[in-house]
Amino acid sequence: MAGESSETLRGIGVSGGTAHGPVVKVAPAVRPPEDEPATTDPDAALSRVKAAYEQVAVDLEARAGRSDDTAQQILKATALIARDKGLHKATGKQLVAGLGPATAVDAAVEEYAAQFEALGGYFAERVTDLRDVGSRVIAAVLGVPAPGIPDLVAPSIVLAHDLAPAETATLDAALVAGIVTEAGGRTSHTAILAAQMGIPAVVHCGGALDIAAGAMVALDGDTGQVTIDPSADFVSGMTQRRERRAAALASSAGPGRTSDDHHVALLANIGGVEDAVAAGAQDLEGVGLFRTEFVFLSATTAPTLEEQTSIYRAVFEPFGGRKVVVRTLDAGADKPLSFADLGPEENPALGRRGLRLSALHPDLLDTQLAAVAAAARVTEVDVQVMAPMVATAEEAAWFARRVREHGLPKAGVMIEVPAAALRSRQVLADVDFASLGTNDLAQYTMAADRMQGELADLLDPWQPAVLDVIAAACEGGQDTGKPIGVCGEAGGDPLLALVLVGLGVASLSMAPSKVPVVRYALGRHTLAQCKDLAALARRSRTAADARDAVRNAADQDVVEIL
Amino acid sequence: MAQRTATIASSVGLHARPAALFVEAAGDTGLDVEIARPGEDPVDATSILGVMALGAKHGEEVVLTADGEGADEALDKLVALLSRDLDAE
Repeated sequence: MAGESSETLRGIGVSGGTAHGPVVKVAPAVRPPEDEPATTDPDAALSRVKAAYEQVAVDLEARAGRSDDTAQQILKATALIARDKGLHKATGKQLVAGLGPATAVDAAVEEYAAQFEALGGYFAERVTDLRDVGSRVIAAVLGVPAPGIPDLVAPSIVLAHDLAPAETATLDAALVAGIVTEAGGRTSHTAILAAQMGIPAVVHCGGALDIAAGAMVALDGDTGQVTIDPSADFVSGMTQRRERRAAALASSAGPGRTSDDHHVALLANIGGVEDAVAAGAQDLEGVGLFRTEFVFLSATTAPTLEEQTSIYRAVFEPFGGRKVVVRTLDAGADKPLSFADLGPEENPALGRRGLRLSALHPDLLDTQLAAVAAAARVTEVDVQVMAPMVATAEEAAWFARRVREHGLPKAGVMIEVPAAALRSRQVLADVDFASLGTNDLAQYTMAADRMQGELADLLDPWQPAVLDVIAAACEGGQDTGKPIGVCGEAGGDPLLALVLVGLGVASLSMAPSKVPVVRYALGRHTLAQCKDLAALARRSRTAADARDAVRNAADQDVVEIL
Repeated sequence: MAQRTATIASSVGLHARPAALFVEAAGDTGLDVEIARPGEDPVDATSILGVMALGAKHGEEVVLTADGEGADEALDKLVALLSRDLDAE
């Protein structure tokens, strides 16, 4: 890969395209200094603070004048807040009470913020704008740079911890070449707006805030790669690669197939209704992993049958006649439920989680299965249900029985525990399918905690030992004639996907954005070639060797666009 | 002192754009206009934060008061404003 000497960071690409330019950093919110001296002359302090409020209002109105319609309304409303007499009066009271000017502004703002938060709903959303005004006024009082995006004079890469809605709405697409944030995720506000505005963006990019303002950066909003101080060659290579990739991906469509027509279903991993709507609109064959935790984790009481039914129905509907694999509740000590908390555990990853928790609270599982069945009856979707954290054949059989009692035709299990992989023949005996959760399977095979960032090398799904365990699971699948899929991150890595297909995997489920590149990679190889790549990977001594060997042996048209 | 009761017609309540338009109009009267929920303490009708903090939702009543020359006409105009669905316009 080009640009070997430059430093590369990785995040999640959420808005496609490439960009490069100087970094402009979004100044963080300004807080009053903790040791701000008390106010001794409230009148003088008030006129100083009022001047700061006015300066902020004038600034916001000036920006409103330069903005388009939506942004203009937001900025004008924000200017009204800065001019608010009630806010000025409340600040005056705090000054009389002796608070320092910046502290007084903060206290007055928080007084209103508390009222708005108590009102909830629409009103609570205004708190962000209110605090933004407060932070700007505090900056003006202290004479430090205003928070938010500085006025841009040339196309730049905007870098922030995360962007507030008002900040994103006021971005000038002509001057913002790209966006990089350290926080955020696929569905965060920044991601959605950047995609709408067609600005290439990478979110969740660890270490991004360490990049100095003014540094040159190149970003790829498809792969999530951010390169600091790229060479001219790197930038032109990146742009060409992006064009070749776009052309290659546009050439492949429809169900996943190897070049000799061996079918491999390409499916989406989803975690909620929004994901379902987005994935349902894409060219993919359904859902290989619907995580249902979101239904439970924020609830204080167990969600009712009716509540769950309507959520599942909303998730199923976008998929018409396609398949959706529902994973039943995967909670435990690390993802505790307020209504079924078993207390802290020494080793939550090895504790009473997944199906083990369901066995202790069968009522929770029964309600969920009844809701899935009810939602399945009123939609066209081919609904299948699978259990997380299955270790033994008895557990698999127990789960399958309950699923069938609810009239659901297809029961499966996740294979994330090496025990289940090694004994997949027996585990599969009473179920219809299995799905490899490669993230947990790597964790348990390598005895390396997924939460320990420093152990990332051990958790690499290219670890030959992990591939051996997957191969063992697939042998059981072939012997029993029952399909085994993959629904971990590994399925979305195009080269590893080839290896998995070579090992005998029947379907690959991934973040929907990964589907086109995996489909393209598959279409450039025969099943026999995939088997050769799998053998090559398993013969390698280390994870890095396995990856390199497959990279060298795979079709170079595929490798070039990665 | 002039006084009127109005019902909030905006679907989102007296918030966001409707609140901004109302506060602007109250300021344009040049009078000291106050707004309150019935039986509660009034707030300055030219304060966007005060008006929003009332939390007046769609279909709820508010009481407007003003003093001075032209107070009746000014309040009639403000009542007419609140009786429209400002958010939909």
